[in-house]
Amino acid sequence: MSTATSLVSYEDALEKYDPVMGLEVHVELGTATKMFCGCTTALGGDANAQTCPVCLGLPGALPVVNAKGVEGAVRIGLALNCEIAEWCRFARKNYFYPDMPKNFQTSQYDEPIAFNGHLDVEVDGEVFRVEIERAHMEEDTGKSTHVGGATGRIQGADHSLIDYNRAGIPLIEIVTKPIVGAGARAPQVAKAYVAELRELIKALGVSEARMEMGQMRCDVNLSLRPHGREKFGTRSETKNVNSLRSVERAARSEIQRQATVLDDGGSIVQETRHFHEDTGSTTSGRIKEEAEDYRYFPEPDLVPVAPAREWVEELRAELPELPRVRRKRLQQEWGVGDHEMQSALNAGAIDLITATIDAGAPADQARKWWMGELARHANESGTELDGLAITPVQVARVSALVAEGSLNDKLARQVIEGVLAGEGGPDEVVEKRGLKVVSDEGALTAAVDDAIASNAAVAEKIRGGNMGAVGALIGGVMKATRGQADAKRVREIILEKLGVG
Amino acid sequence: MPGITREEVAHLARLSRLELSEKELDHFATQLDDIVGAVARVGEVAAEDVPPTSHPLPLTNVMRADEVRPSLTPEQALAAAPAVEEQRFRVPQILGED
Repeated sequence: MSTATSLVSYEDALEKYDPVMGLEVHVELGTATKMFCGCTTALGGDANAQTCPVCLGLPGALPVVNAKGVEGAVRIGLALNCEIAEWCRFARKNYFYPDMPKNFQTSQYDEPIAFNGHLDVEVDGEVFRVEIERAHMEEDTGKSTHVGGATGRIQGADHSLIDYNRAGIPLIEIVTKPIVGAGARAPQVAKAYVAELRELIKALGVSEARMEMGQMRCDVNLSLRPHGREKFGTRSETKNVNSLRSVERAARSEIQRQATVLDDGGSIVQETRHFHEDTGSTTSGRIKEEAEDYRYFPEPDLVPVAPAREWVEELRAELPELPRVRRKRLQQEWGVGDHEMQSALNAGAIDLITATIDAGAPADQARKWWMGELARHANESGTELDGLAITPVQVARVSALVAEGSLNDKLARQVIEGVLAGEGGPDEVVEKRGLKVVSDEGALTAAVDDAIASNAAVAEKIRGGNMGAVGALIGGVMKATRGQADAKRVREIILEKLGVG
Repeated sequence: MPGITREEVAHLARLSRLELSEKELDHFATQLDDIVGAVARVGEVAAEDVPPTSHPLPLTNVMRADEVRPSLTPEQALAAAPAVEEQRFRVPQILGED
């Protein structure tokens, strides 16, 4: 590693600088139709089969606001403790880029529908309040494919192909106020905030908020300032950070990169940066345009939105139990600590564990499988827990098979592996792989006899009352039966044979 | 009066991807100045009690139900596209090399 470019360590960066973050999250609403026209929002449609004169920006076409989209925005605003505008407008954000056929994105500018809220998140059992600047309504853009040039990148591409099926899908952009005072925990706060927001959006039922499908995307704005300085440093904006893990990594990587530049006597350029999932680092994108370059102006084709106070209060009264409150309740029911609960949240496991319990598994078992074996699998394959090919009902079934003694933990793990590999449900995998605990008395007794015979010294210790030595004999039997013996029964037989217990 | 400068016209032209000659820049700077000046006269009659207006009709909350309407077929959608490839709108290079 060359000395000039060697990266400042995270600890050293935090020693000198104080990170300030701003997080922008875009959520695609799960409405049936687009924000300003009746085209379907269904995923996976044929290219350009879900467009109309409005979302193609054809001359003379007039948009009409989707009532469900406005309702979703107000509900999100209320759940984030925001004030809801009594009157607000849409605005045109003009830019010259072909992902919007209109040459502008219909958005909101200085009159967002929701503003001044907050969301409390927990990091290491401590509550951290993230202040919300605003939540506004806008529309998604079309999808570009870049042809020619290196690896599908826009830079150096020969030309691009555009599918406008996504153009016009309702988006809510949620912007935090500058997050200060998080210090070394800034990356964790960022991750916890996005995790909490995702739970909130899902609880409201306004979106499935699946990050891997782009239904929820995060931009991480970050700057550093020397400790004790009031004024914020110049920020970079890392775009489209699309998993919880990446949110944390992107923040961490930017802290180290900026500290390195500053330590070197350089200055930070205000720019857009791209996050790379494979290396966990960011690279420079375009220099950020100034806000006024978008030439925002009120959208003349849409009339103002003025949510009636009675309606807003009705929506407020109908808000579901909020995720943090629900988690407190579940935590009580599951009998676990703050840390375990936070881990389950960060892993996106709360709903899965709840569904597994609803399917009949005891709380500790449901939690154990999702947070242990399954979390490991998700981590290895780089997916989210709910992206694994196993359902809560199947996990509950595995748990039931263990409880009734048909499987031990080791076999249960193999069953889970089989289910994940697409070999069928738990019972089918047990059948196909022949994974049954050996509880046949004859076979077990024979194996125990063998173990005692070849470990005479150990057997003698047990006869003498040293119960700690039993494990060694059980281990021998398990090995002989390739892990398929019922360990509890083996222990009983050993003790019977040796005349103790 | 605002006073639209030549530099502002050049900046706007760049944002709009319009290529203007030196002569046109001068021409539009004067012309836009006149236009903006004319429109600004509205501000002289608008008193404190007149709220800013962006729409001529006194309407709010014009919305539609979230019900799917038929879309165009891809053929119809692409009919007026200057270039089509793989059932998509083909557009010229967006950015050059880094």
